Amino acid sequence: MFNDDFINIIREEIMKLIKTFISVLFSAFLLFSSTSSFAVEKLHFLIGGGAGGGWDGTARGTGEALTKAGFLKSASFENMSGGGGGKALAYLINNAPKDTVLVQSTPLVLRSITRHKGYVKGTGTLSYKDVKPIAGVIGDYGAIVVAKNSPIKNFKDAVDHYQKDPKSIKMAGGSVRGSMDHLIGALAFQAAGANPNDVIYVPYDAGGKALAGLLSGETQILSTGLGEVMGARDQVRIIGITAPERVGDAPEAPTLKEQGYDVQFVNWRGFFAPKSMSMSDYNKISKMLGDVQKTPEWEAVRKRNAWVNIYNPGSKFDAFLEKQTVEMTALMKKLGVI
Amino acid sequence: MIEGILIGLSTALSLTNILMVMVGCFAGTIIGMLPGLGPMTAIALMIPITYGFDPSTGLILMAGVYYGAVFGGSTSSILLNAPGIPGTVATAFDGYPMAQQGKAGKALAIAAYSSFAGGTISAIFLLVAAPSLSKVSLAFRSPDYFALMILGLTAISAFSSKGQFLKAMMMVVLGLMLATVGQDSLSDITRFTFNNMNLTDGISFVLIVMATFAMSEALTIIFRGKDPNRAAKQISLTELGSIKVNKEETIKMAKTIPRSSILGFLIGVLPGAGATIASFLAYGMERNYVNEEEKQKFGKGSVHGLSAPETANNAACSGSFVPLLTLGIPGSGTTAVMLGALLGFGIQPGPRLYQTNPEIFWSVIMSMYIGMVVLLILNLPLIPYIARILAVPRNYLIPLILFFSVTGIYLMSFNNFDIFLMIGIAVVATFLRLYDFPMPPLILAFVLGGLMEETLRRSLLISDGSPNFLWDRPITLIILLITITIVGWQIFSTFRKKS
Repeated sequence: MFNDDFINIIREEIMKLIKTFISVLFSAFLLFSSTSSFAVEKLHFLIGGGAGGGWDGTARGTGEALTKAGFLKSASFENMSGGGGGKALAYLINNAPKDTVLVQSTPLVLRSITRHKGYVKGTGTLSYKDVKPIAGVIGDYGAIVVAKNSPIKNFKDAVDHYQKDPKSIKMAGGSVRGSMDHLIGALAFQAAGANPNDVIYVPYDAGGKALAGLLSGETQILSTGLGEVMGARDQVRIIGITAPERVGDAPEAPTLKEQGYDVQFVNWRGFFAPKSMSMSDYNKISKMLGDVQKTPEWEAVRKRNAWVNIYNPGSKFDAFLEKQTVEMTALMKKLGVI
Repeated sequence: MIEGILIGLSTALSLTNILMVMVGCFAGTIIGMLPGLGPMTAIALMIPITYGFDPSTGLILMAGVYYGAVFGGSTSSILLNAPGIPGTVATAFDGYPMAQQGKAGKALAIAAYSSFAGGTISAIFLLVAAPSLSKVSLAFRSPDYFALMILGLTAISAFSSKGQFLKAMMMVVLGLMLATVGQDSLSDITRFTFNNMNLTDGISFVLIVMATFAMSEALTIIFRGKDPNRAAKQISLTELGSIKVNKEETIKMAKTIPRSSILGFLIGVLPGAGATIASFLAYGMERNYVNEEEKQKFGKGSVHGLSAPETANNAACSGSFVPLLTLGIPGSGTTAVMLGALLGFGIQPGPRLYQTNPEIFWSVIMSMYIGMVVLLILNLPLIPYIARILAVPRNYLIPLILFFSVTGIYLMSFNNFDIFLMIGIAVVATFLRLYDFPMPPLILAFVLGGLMEETLRRSLLISDGSPNFLWDRPITLIILLITITIVGWQIFSTFRKKS
């Protein structure tokens, strides 16, 4: 008698949970799926990280804008963590699921360069060349940042300090050596004529912690994505971003280019399809990802996440990835991480 | 400030916001109870819903989920030894033994009162001193965090009672070893992954806890063939669910709560620590305050040992709003998601937040008081019913525990490999348990070990390889001296007893 009650309670709790989940996930999409002319019927977003991460936000945000704007009838999402996104990538390569795209970003290029071998059937190296790049959709520029009260006022000051005493400049970043944060700073110092390998890089395990390290005074500069420091703009001074020109969301941040250092770097986020996807599906998805950026629905999502639009489809995207690979390989060799 | 409080109250007391506090607290409690699902996932999934809301309403809802989860996580820790979230692992150390003694209702009530007190007291700190506390957030550097982790390790002595010292130390070493699996925290070199991609991110803390606590507990019960719930069953259901706390226990709580609140809050303010570290530190420190007789009860159902981590994790949760709101620095994954949402609303955190959006700052703090009351009202009447879970025959209960462990870990990572890994670790842990190896030292070493290595190596990197960082800064030196004193005192008192 009592046991039945108990089991009923548990069952109800589980049902409640499942219902909440489903309603959270799909309410947005059900509400807006009343129109009938869709560019694409259904699309499954594969996400190589957990809920709440950068890839997750990109996939869910894009899916939301696509369905709300009436391009896509139904979007579904699947989180598949493991190996820093490698597991989802290997799944896409090995299983080639239908109507599925994978969200990825710059670390994919870095992964293609480094030693991540042996995770795919045969001797494949788990590279972006094993999948079909559809388009880069959004980007985040790199930023070199100091604390507001720092004597370093611009990137030249940082280089001067470094040249006087290389040990006096410790550069923080939100990830390991050889990661994107490290490469952004290394690129900037390389453009200033320094040996990037001599700049002491201090890794933290998250952007927020690296920021706290900078503000506590244990490091002098921070090299990370612009998006990571947007929340702390009152505490920091951005002394250089890797964009070709100043960005609208942070107009006070000077570019490295305008200070005479020819550094350009964008951490792109984009979508990839399995090699087996048909050309017509590929073209439809690619076009839809570009068209959606002109809609107010996309703009709402973009603004909410402070994304920078960089629609970069097809062969242009391929060429870009190729160029980034060449640049990063050279730099990573200098840094001794490969 | 009075003006601010009034603005905050009027915003927080609007009908929508009170409703959001309640919804957030309720959802948070449920999510917290279910192992594997954490506040971070819940908040990430909620962002699309909060999109159309007023910014303060959205933040109030998210904050409600956050501290609701920390509140609710203790329930499964105490009843099933299956911590719902990492912040309530230390709660299981004494909460579970207490429940096994047939005092489940009492243990849940102590946890609820402690959480309530910890949350409320730290909300007062937040109200009075948030702006100046941002300096505390930035006062700690890597060497200080390193010293803090060493101090945390002294809590191991709580589990190395008579004859168990060597076993406890062996478990510490095992915990430290497990913490090294995965990508090295400073370079991109992977360690002990056997070329298996599933291990490159390391073993998750929740997985280790679920395997060594919940699953291996269930398996041990099967192996031993005895029913540990027998004691619980002999006691009538009313007594099992009784939430009455006697005078002696109230006095004990009254002593523990203030010091654990302060400690928990301060640790929460540090961006490099958080609720999990706070609860472990509070547990270890509490043992140093109490007298010899109470010390022996730690790990066996001590009121102090249950109250301290429960107070501290809720206090740390409020504390983590200091770096988030006044500096724009997220200290944890959960606060990082909240920061993203804030920026999405067009709110710029920082010292200027008081001037630019006073209603947000104050209404969030005010909603914390309301939330704490809501949680207490929500939880206390339910305890007698929830506690009866222990009266469920074990042939129903054990499969349920195993079921929730497996689904919980899957929901966390969506990776099948984690399920097999968890089962493997659980089987090993079960054999270790049968030979009386204590599991808490492993957990403690695992959670502190990774941070300890990372902060040590970072300190050395910053000091150009010199060990001077150990005494260069007063904070580091003081924490290390406290650690030496604690260890020295324990060695001294052991020898004194022997002679």
